[in-house]
Amino acid sequence: MTAIDPTAHLTSEQIEELGRELDAIRDEVIADRGEKDAAYIRKVISAQRKLELVSRGVLLFSIFPPAWLIGTAGLSVAKIMDNMEIGHNILHGQWDWMRDPKIHSTTWEWDHVSPSEQWKHSHNELHHTYTNVIGKDNDLGYGIMRVDEDQKWHPFHLGQPLWNFINACFFEYGIAAYDLELGKNLNKRRRKSPEFRARAKAVGRKIRKQVLKDYVIHPLLSGPSFLPTLGATFTANLVRNLWTHSVIMCGHFPEGVQVFERRSIKGETRGQWYLRQMMGSANISGSKAMHFMTGNLSHQIEHHLFPDLPSNRYAEVAVKVRALFEKYELEYVTGPLPKQVFSAWHKVFRLSLPNKKPKVETPDREQELVAA
Amino acid sequence: MTSTALRSRAWKLLEMVTTPLLPSDYLDLVSPLRAGADLRGRIEAVHPETGDAATIVIRPGRGWRGHTAGQYVRIGVDIDGVRLWRAYSLTSPTNRLDGRITITVKAIPDGKVSNHLVRRAKPGTLIQLDQPTGDFVLPQAKPAKVLYLTAGSGITPVMGMLRDIAFDDVVMIHCAPQPQDVIFRNELHGLVADKKLRLTEVHTDTDGMLDIARLDELVPDWTERETWACGPAGLLDAAEEHWSEHGVQERLHTERFRPSIVVAGDGGDVTFSTTGKTVDADGATPLLDIGEEAGVLMPSGCRMGICFGCVTPLKAGAVRDLRTGEITEAEPGVLIQTCVSAAAGPCDIER
Repeated sequence: MTAIDPTAHLTSEQIEELGRELDAIRDEVIADRGEKDAAYIRKVISAQRKLELVSRGVLLFSIFPPAWLIGTAGLSVAKIMDNMEIGHNILHGQWDWMRDPKIHSTTWEWDHVSPSEQWKHSHNELHHTYTNVIGKDNDLGYGIMRVDEDQKWHPFHLGQPLWNFINACFFEYGIAAYDLELGKNLNKRRRKSPEFRARAKAVGRKIRKQVLKDYVIHPLLSGPSFLPTLGATFTANLVRNLWTHSVIMCGHFPEGVQVFERRSIKGETRGQWYLRQMMGSANISGSKAMHFMTGNLSHQIEHHLFPDLPSNRYAEVAVKVRALFEKYELEYVTGPLPKQVFSAWHKVFRLSLPNKKPKVETPDREQELVAA
Repeated sequence: MTSTALRSRAWKLLEMVTTPLLPSDYLDLVSPLRAGADLRGRIEAVHPETGDAATIVIRPGRGWRGHTAGQYVRIGVDIDGVRLWRAYSLTSPTNRLDGRITITVKAIPDGKVSNHLVRRAKPGTLIQLDQPTGDFVLPQAKPAKVLYLTAGSGITPVMGMLRDIAFDDVVMIHCAPQPQDVIFRNELHGLVADKKLRLTEVHTDTDGMLDIARLDELVPDWTERETWACGPAGLLDAAEEHWSEHGVQERLHTERFRPSIVVAGDGGDVTFSTTGKTVDADGATPLLDIGEEAGVLMPSGCRMGICFGCVTPLKAGAVRDLRTGEITEAEPGVLIQTCVSAAAGPCDIER
């Protein structure tokens, strides 16, 4: 939807060929998927549980500052692992092929106030199917921000740097509200629909359990360390929220990422769908540890092409995907975390102000104007 | 407060501590075989029996309720990262002192699980277990005369019986291609030497298949014997007919191993068992569409295989993944993505 379509040089035959090449990459991983992948996720889950257990144990003595520091750091990392490399990816069905009912998208529940079931619908179904389509993909600005020049400006957007910061601090609550489509559902009629009420109730139940655990039970168990433990769990949740928010902003917000019009996905072919995922996502470059801590969402492009491939395979897939970007002369948007985070925030600030309509109209738009 | 109530209170408190996980998720890390855990077992040894059969010694979890001789157990084994379930007869006596159980597995050609267990299973491996089940068992009252009629791996449940209870008068007819294929041969010959068993081995490679009419000559008093028969369908069909003809069918107990042989075809009758609808499906239309056209309420999502919002249990038959061509066969616990799966032969979808 930017003025110049970066895929204009591709013929429809080329796009379909690209789709076939991507399918081949996917098939290769699936044919090779096996024991070592299963061992990987089991190891990660076991490490996360042990880290959480030990950190919570250390926090029982968080009245001593070193214990507070170690416990809080450990718990923050454990919570990030639970949300990113484990929860997000299991809920995508990446590990369903193992047929282990304990590591399965239909049974997994994560350390997050949004119940798995609701998140799967808004994320896996809406966001991943309609990636970056304005009006269809609510992840674009989460309904509170303007993230593209072509979106209509409203004085409300002046505050979007602030909304975004608050959202980052309480990201899990933001996601829960987002999964409930609160903005849309708070009007009188929708608020009373039994379906919405059931979902709101489920979120309420989940929030109650999470809050009870983090802010009541564990501090109480710590006895004299009540307050330090309370502070520690709050800090861990804050760290996790800021981190996941940053990683997720890097996925679709940095400069160079394309957004699409609703009309453009009508009758979309498999090749075109793949192309949209390629142009609508951005990566984070970095070390193995960085990829792990982002739940491999640093490979957002690969994840959007193949959301159900095991996350530990994205790194090897990325080499092949990148080669295809080069072959088809497309821009592979990537960069180190600080650069990508800055880029995304820059956009949030820039678009909080109104802008001129782009001068060069897309052919689509011209036709629409003629028709009008 | 009673101790049970107290325990359940404590458990509830623990659940609050571990939420959204369960206390068992943590306990499984250290003690997967403890009481109260999902039933599992640990492979402790693998003893070769013949060229293609082996006995697996398993230490069952504390929740194991014990079996009756002749019963089988379903086990879930992770092979290439995928959990597969199969049923095997228990070959250990019920009073084994160390509490271990054994199954004896014969590798069948192309059998994923059987080949894995016989050739690659390693001591220390955790497997999933179900409680033992099956009604191919000895009666409470001791019969005076017993006949065991077995072939191939059909000897396994009978070996469980032989090891469990000694009868005064036991005859066994066992069929196997060659002498070296007879599972438990040394032990059987030991029983014969101790005069605890009269054994006739039929080596089908040289003797040909057992003709059930020869029974009169091999065991003249067979009609007076309580008989347990286990082996291929052909043998059991012939036995059932023979016992019926002589009006002694109530003396015959049979057990059929049903290897799940699914012949993957192209399309077939799809049954939606919850709603009770059956429709004819081709091999190219997603089962989600088939179900919706038939008026079945199907869960759905992205309709392109990425969101996993349409996963549904496959109870019987086989389906083909329309993207990769991969065939998935029904097994307990198998879920399929209906939006990218088509019928590969008749199948049953739980909807």
